[in-house]
Amino acid sequence: MTTDRSIIVDSLGVGLATGAYGVSFGAISTASGLSVVQTCVVSLLVFTGASQFAFVGIVASGGNPLTGALTAVLLGSRNLFYGVSMAPRLDLDPAARLATAHFVIDESTAMGVTRETTRQARLGFYWTGISIFVLWNLTTFAGALAGDAIGDPRTYGLDAAVGAAFLGLLWPRLATWRGRLVALIGAAVALGLVPFTAAGLPIVIGGAVAVLAGLLWRPVTP
Amino acid sequence: MTTVWAGIAIMVVGCFALKYAGLSVPPSVLQHPLTVRAVELIPAGLLGALIAVQVLADGSAVRVDARLLALGVAAVLLALRVPFLPMVVASALVAALVRQL
Repeated sequence: MTTDRSIIVDSLGVGLATGAYGVSFGAISTASGLSVVQTCVVSLLVFTGASQFAFVGIVASGGNPLTGALTAVLLGSRNLFYGVSMAPRLDLDPAARLATAHFVIDESTAMGVTRETTRQARLGFYWTGISIFVLWNLTTFAGALAGDAIGDPRTYGLDAAVGAAFLGLLWPRLATWRGRLVALIGAAVALGLVPFTAAGLPIVIGGAVAVLAGLLWRPVTP
Repeated sequence: MTTVWAGIAIMVVGCFALKYAGLSVPPSVLQHPLTVRAVELIPAGLLGALIAVQVLADGSAVRVDARLLALGVAAVLLALRVPFLPMVVASALVAALVRQL
């Protein structure tokens, strides 16, 4: 039997670990050319890590911010399904849903979705989601100031840190052959398009081709 | 700068709408197997593409430099189960050090 207390402790642990890396988002974002205010607004109002990194990554590489936004929203589509799986466990009225939606992210879903009662699902979900939100925004601000002070992002390898951050987000999805194939095709198609299309487009097209390939791929069973 | 704000606005509205819709729509609407599988694959495809462009593109040219080495270091550290933040910092430092040589 899981106690309420252990759920809260676990949730705060996940919150601390995840919230801390807002500092890397903040630093990369201002080094990419966003202002400190823009960086903080993104963390406060978008609040979904992979989408935020994608947006600043595309802006940094000279891509159109609208292409960046499109990529970010596509990456955010998984939150739609997190919401679907959390809804019955949280059991919320319409007003509560509006107040809750912002906290639907990878970690809060992971910490809430496996609970057996509504009470414990809510404990895991809200303690994780809200602790990450508070810390993520504080560390974003600190990182944004640091990134601004550094100036040229290349000096401390911040441009390379973006690739590492993306790889960290991708890593759990490389556990299956289908995941590896899709990531590899996305990378190959995007790279092939770099010389021929406007910055940002290779990412959207590469991602789309890769998803299509992943849907069509049927592993040969021996 | 204005375009950056426009991009941020689209992202804010789009990302919130997806989260809110998930909590609100009847689950049956999104249970088509093809939809479920496509959404599962989107992050892998986009992140793969993002990594390739971030690490190897320089404007409209493809260039191998310290960024690729930094990505290799990140992969090794991830395989060793090093947590996210130290992994990112170490990867950035490797790129910075290599450029000092």
